[in-house]
Amino acid sequence: MPVLARVIESFGISTIVVTMMPNYAERCGVPRAAGVAYPFGHPFGRPGDVPMQLAVIRDALRLLAAATHPNTVTHLPYQWPEPQEIAYKAWQPREMSPVVRFMRERTLAARAERERATPEPGTPP
Amino acid sequence: MRVDDYLYLPRSIASGYEQQQVSRAEPVPFTPLRFPINQSRFALVTTAGIWDTTTDQPFDYAREQREPLWGDPTYRVIPRDFRQERIGAGHLHLNNDDLRADINIALPITRLIELERAREIGSLAPSHYSFMGWQGRGPDGQGNTAAWEQQYAPEVARRMVDEGVHAAVITPT
Repeated sequence: MPVLARVIESFGISTIVVTMMPNYAERCGVPRAAGVAYPFGHPFGRPGDVPMQLAVIRDALRLLAAATHPNTVTHLPYQWPEPQEIAYKAWQPREMSPVVRFMRERTLAARAERERATPEPGTPP
Repeated sequence: MRVDDYLYLPRSIASGYEQQQVSRAEPVPFTPLRFPINQSRFALVTTAGIWDTTTDQPFDYAREQREPLWGDPTYRVIPRDFRQERIGAGHLHLNNDDLRADINIALPITRLIELERAREIGSLAPSHYSFMGWQGRGPDGQGNTAAWEQQYAPEVARRMVDEGVHAAVITPT
């Protein structure tokens, strides 16, 4: 999270954010970030996969030491070992998050409202 | 290779991020690492929303269920001698199964202890920190991180300073 990194960095602690959204981090402004194309919740890889986790950690440590200026954002080359369509589903909650449910209900309510206000031409009363 | 931020995001959430007006923080603070990695002390931070069930309460996920535009801004300390079977995970925006199996996917304490033993890092601090990433939306439609910025992140930073930490690895989830 760029905001946590900025606050901690301002206390004289060097930080690196390991993130699945490096472009977003860069837009927000971040001291250092390493981008990794892994599904959400898994910045260091799969559970129990020690070599996979160590690879990202060692890269992050190297970048932490090498950066000389803020907003140093590096994209790591790793690929998730499972097909995208499986990983895309696997990280998501089984139940819709409260905000997604809330937005969905709001969209459906707005659509219903529009349909009530403008009946299709030729629709019998 | 460029990482695509939206590779694993549903289209509706991705377009929310795309449309979000992000005001870039300026200036971005920067602290060069003072010592080499193998002499530095590290702390870890995640926003995976995990907690130690033997010493802590869960995040307030019940309130988030009632108020979807609100997120718990507090944090939990995860000690370096954590026990995996005592970790609670309940983030409402994630499938938490993998975190319950191995928190090292987001908070790699075990891996850093191994690197400490191998003398690749100087040391790992006693305390590590778990926030919960969903912070709701403020009136401007942006993430509502005011409580983090004003209270909880400075608190965590001061604890790190007290524990002699030089560097932190931070992971959003």
